[in-house]
Amino acid sequence: MSADGQPALIELRQVTKTYGQGQAAFQALAGIDLSIERGEFVAVMGPSGSGKSTAMNIIGCLDTLSSGSYRFCGVPVETLTRDQCARLRRSYLGFVFQGFNLLRRTSALENVELPLLYRGESAATRARLAREALADVGLSGWEQHTSAELSGGQQQRVAIARAIVTRPAVLLADEPTGNLDTQRSREIMELIKRLNTERGITVVMVTHEPDMAAMARRIVHFIDGRIAADASASDAAALARARA
Amino acid sequence: MLWNTLLLAAREIRRNLMRSALTMLGIVIGVAAVVTMVTLGNGATASVAAQIASLGSNLILVMPGQRMGRPTSGSVAPNLRLSDADAIDTQITGVERVSPVVSKSVTAVVGAKNWKTSVTGAGNTYLGVARWELVNGREFSEAEERGGKSVCIIGDRVRRELFGSSDPLGSELRLQSFSCQVIGLLKAKGQGSMGNDQDDFVLIPLRTAQRRLAGNTDVNMVMVSARDGASTERIKERITLLMRERRNVREGQDDNFNVLDTKQISDTLSGTMQILTLLLGAVAAVSLLVGGIGIMNIMLVSVTERTREVGIRLAIGALEREVLLQFLVEAVTLSAVGGLLGILLATVASITLSQFMDLPYSFDVGINLLAFVFSAAIGVAFGYTPAKRAARLNPIEALRHE
Repeated sequence: MSADGQPALIELRQVTKTYGQGQAAFQALAGIDLSIERGEFVAVMGPSGSGKSTAMNIIGCLDTLSSGSYRFCGVPVETLTRDQCARLRRSYLGFVFQGFNLLRRTSALENVELPLLYRGESAATRARLAREALADVGLSGWEQHTSAELSGGQQQRVAIARAIVTRPAVLLADEPTGNLDTQRSREIMELIKRLNTERGITVVMVTHEPDMAAMARRIVHFIDGRIAADASASDAAALARARA
Repeated sequence: MLWNTLLLAAREIRRNLMRSALTMLGIVIGVAAVVTMVTLGNGATASVAAQIASLGSNLILVMPGQRMGRPTSGSVAPNLRLSDADAIDTQITGVERVSPVVSKSVTAVVGAKNWKTSVTGAGNTYLGVARWELVNGREFSEAEERGGKSVCIIGDRVRRELFGSSDPLGSELRLQSFSCQVIGLLKAKGQGSMGNDQDDFVLIPLRTAQRRLAGNTDVNMVMVSARDGASTERIKERITLLMRERRNVREGQDDNFNVLDTKQISDTLSGTMQILTLLLGAVAAVSLLVGGIGIMNIMLVSVTERTREVGIRLAIGALEREVLLQFLVEAVTLSAVGGLLGILLATVASITLSQFMDLPYSFDVGINLLAFVFSAAIGVAFGYTPAKRAARLNPIEALRHE
């Protein structure tokens, strides 16, 4: 519960996730508690295999949890059917992946239109909103280019446009700058930061680059499937300096 | 939702033109091969059946010689005589008409044109027994037959080769050392069951042939037609007995003549046709299979790409059934369009080849439907199954698919 009595936007309680069975079983999450309020900008950090991506996928309703509970706006997600999860994704969540995951041989405009199409918007609305979203990420004039004709940074911008075109409550970004050089990474980060501050979109971002994490207001550290630290960015920075 | 799904499917087909075209090609070739081969096989069977029918079902042929397939006993079998034909006509019940026949290969000449053809010496009864009709002119008169006059009735092929477009009636036709007047023209029958041209012959009176061409009174063959309802088996038995007696074949000795009926001929031919049709069917089935494997290959090769696509669509909020429906629509569209193109191609090919091979063409609904359904089933199954498997995964697993 947050201070104003409303349920938190995202609330994980004692969530575990185990892959495989028996001897080969691997526990990716060993019981985590995490709650995120509306408007937050959370960076999730941790070494490879620490469970940060798994947590991200569970938050994004892309993966199921093994035990514990996950409430999104008070709704128990673990009880939802696959279709209900899909509806939740299409209405409230936007995804940005490290590998962009755009449809191949498909124009930027059609890629951005896709979520609207699944929401049943009319062709005119789709085109208008998609153009707006592309303009928001600075890609006006690139509507008809396919992903093969765009640079990595541009592809990630198209992916961000696709994620925000439905005006989601939460933007989930899994290492959005992992495949980009420093300059492009900085631009993408500024874009995400702006979406958070200007539009109030809640951002949860997995990254392993401290520079990028520093732009968030809160940093959550994962180690071995547990949350090792959860602090505001300034505290985290202070901590990092102290360690150094 | 349906409209959007159609839109998505159409976009996907357009975007992956190569994959779509190859999938369709597999179906097109499979369907076209099967349909064309079976249609041509049907045409050939129908054509043979028509030829057998044109021969008449009640025809019996008596020819000198050892029974087919047995080694000769050394002596040459004597020819048949005119009196043998008379004996069959008068002594055997159930016989309708008897036509003794002399035949010889001769070059026919008209003006500067010549044409190697076969001359049949027989009476008017031959026309009835062998089911020939006149399109022009008249039959032989009794006087012409008895007197061995120099008149002839010609087949359509001979008319085409020697007279072209001019009217042959009344013209003179030179056969070997004598000339005869064309008095009749036969209706064309077309290709015979052995691939021969049935219309390529000249009919002259029996006596004329014996006197002017053979120089003896022998007969090469006696054609006998049975009365309607009479058993050809019984007639054959009686003819065999009669001929053994007349040709002094002792008991225990083999016949030195053959008695055949059209049923035997048609049995032999339809047996051959069945084998041919089976062979064609087998070849067609193989090509359908190869087409099917082609489809499977294309579809399976693109599984990885398609699995990721399913993952992307699910992640951005598509329902499982929306994704599945889209893939199903894609597979059905490609298969159906490919199948229809295949049928179209097969129809064009069958009509062209039928004309070229002089076979009757008929549209066989059954085989078209069968080939279409089979190919379409392969197309749909292999287009849809990978998508179905992918859509069951968690979106994140589908996205990670390598």
